[in-house]
Amino acid sequence: MATANRRSCVQYLLHLAQDNLDFRLPEIKALLALRGKPFRPCENFKEKCPFWCLEDLAEEDVRGVMARSVCTKSAFELWGHGRTHSELRTSLLNFPSENMSSFMHKDSTYRINVYTFNKTLEFTERIKRIDAMEYLPFKGTVSLKSPQHVFCLLEDYGTDPNNIPEHPEYIYFGRWIADGQRELIRSYSVKNRHFIGNTSMDAGLSFIMANHAKVKENDLVFDPFVGTGSLLVACSHFGAYVCGTDIDYNTIHGRGRSSRRNHKWRGPDENIRANLRQYGTEKMYLDVMVSDASKPVWRETALFDAIITDPPYGIRESTRRTGSHKDISKPADGLYVESHVPVSQAYHLSDIFTDLLNFSAHHLVMGGRLVYWLPVYWPEYCEEMVPLHPCLRLISNCEQMLSSHTSRRLITMEKIKEPEELDTLAHLADPRFRPYQGHNAFREKYFSGLNKRGSKEDHKSAVNGE
Amino acid sequence: MKLLTHNMLTSHVKGVTKGYPLLIKATEVKVNEVEFNPQFVSRMIPKLEWSALVQAADQVGQCQDLPAELVPDYEKNEEFLKIVHRILLEVEVIEGCLQCPESGREFPISRGIPNMLLNEDEA
Repeated sequence: MATANRRSCVQYLLHLAQDNLDFRLPEIKALLALRGKPFRPCENFKEKCPFWCLEDLAEEDVRGVMARSVCTKSAFELWGHGRTHSELRTSLLNFPSENMSSFMHKDSTYRINVYTFNKTLEFTERIKRIDAMEYLPFKGTVSLKSPQHVFCLLEDYGTDPNNIPEHPEYIYFGRWIADGQRELIRSYSVKNRHFIGNTSMDAGLSFIMANHAKVKENDLVFDPFVGTGSLLVACSHFGAYVCGTDIDYNTIHGRGRSSRRNHKWRGPDENIRANLRQYGTEKMYLDVMVSDASKPVWRETALFDAIITDPPYGIRESTRRTGSHKDISKPADGLYVESHVPVSQAYHLSDIFTDLLNFSAHHLVMGGRLVYWLPVYWPEYCEEMVPLHPCLRLISNCEQMLSSHTSRRLITMEKIKEPEELDTLAHLADPRFRPYQGHNAFREKYFSGLNKRGSKEDHKSAVNGE
Repeated sequence: MKLLTHNMLTSHVKGVTKGYPLLIKATEVKVNEVEFNPQFVSRMIPKLEWSALVQAADQVGQCQDLPAELVPDYEKNEEFLKIVHRILLEVEVIEGCLQCPESGREFPISRGIPNMLLNEDEA
């Protein structure tokens, strides 16, 4: 619609990283939504392509998104594009000269980069490409080291590394605006983190989760399965105040065996607070507590702006909650002593998700988001398995493969209404929720696909379930 | 445990109907300096149970200038926001326990971390 008058508007080009493909669109949409902006791709938008053109944005919005995105490498103000260099030239010469001139006047300094996707160009080829741009009215001087303005010619040679075409499939030219936050993946790597556990979340995915959750400055964020706090680290980086709970006393207190190679026991100050301190966000730390996610301790008022969590699947950590199958009435001696370890029982995955959705419906602010991982045995996966709740709208569902037969899906939901008495019941009766009930057995299926070990593990989990 | 957290906690002992607020029995309280952020404090104030906050501050001996009633127009009152900031984020209970006001059940706090786990017969 209205392409004629849109064409005169400035378009922006995003260059995305070609990994975590599923996670990119929800990230960009969430970051735009944080700025109250819609996601409006230009025609011929292809989600799996590394280059996206967006319109109806201001440069400020693009900078805002780049200050958060870990899926995007760089963003450009798009000056021209086409399938061939001659189409690019026509397109560039149509770009309003008043939009160009302030970046090209004679007192300015600039450089032009050449970027090719799925092909490497020789140095001389690159120079040729730059020389061929001479039809553009650059009046400034070239400065390779510290230019005021950076321009980029981007050539897309498709996504098939075994079949690289001689000529690019598409070409873009634009003014560089900002880089994304790919750097965080390295600087927040769990390899260098003070306190980690067996299931610490990868830094890149933690930031993606915080972005999907629309976490923003001064938010209050909660993780009910906090573990070593990887998600809290990511959320606090974006200015949110964070808290979490975990049923595991040793993890919360940073006690017990170390998850690092060559380290037997955890050191005296290995805990979540120290992790935040490492990244300079200790001021965003509220509290962590030893608590059972199936028995929430929070009072009944909307409290959290986001709930972001990686529930245990029972693979590298057990799924537990307090309680017993036996009818015990004999309390332990010294009932309230610190050292008493309540009997824990198996916490079925489908119950974990029922509890998590109900908890979120009650304890999120309106419009607040729940972001969590749902493990699936993918030969049996269907969309209907994703648990629904009348108070939560499904926003996105992205897959990450774990093995040949299992994956986990990052589910994002947004609170759209306050729960009423009926909603909890309605939710349980919702036939769309039932398929996942079969997934109490995710753990068994996870192992069964591998080898004989499956039967051994099955046996073990039956024992643990007592 | 910070008093902001305490303000949001309730007793979850089976059968308890008036489990809020939890009583604080502190044996060690610390005041850690935390960067003042008026926007965050202003955002939190509407979520607070004010009387529970005043009571908690009193129980840990940090009541000082905290008014018994929430002041109007607090967003612009930096002096007031600083007092609330201190109570919410700087005062921490390091050792002690939280007690359910109805059942008397105590939840230990050690090294600043409350243990809210219930025993199998209480859940």
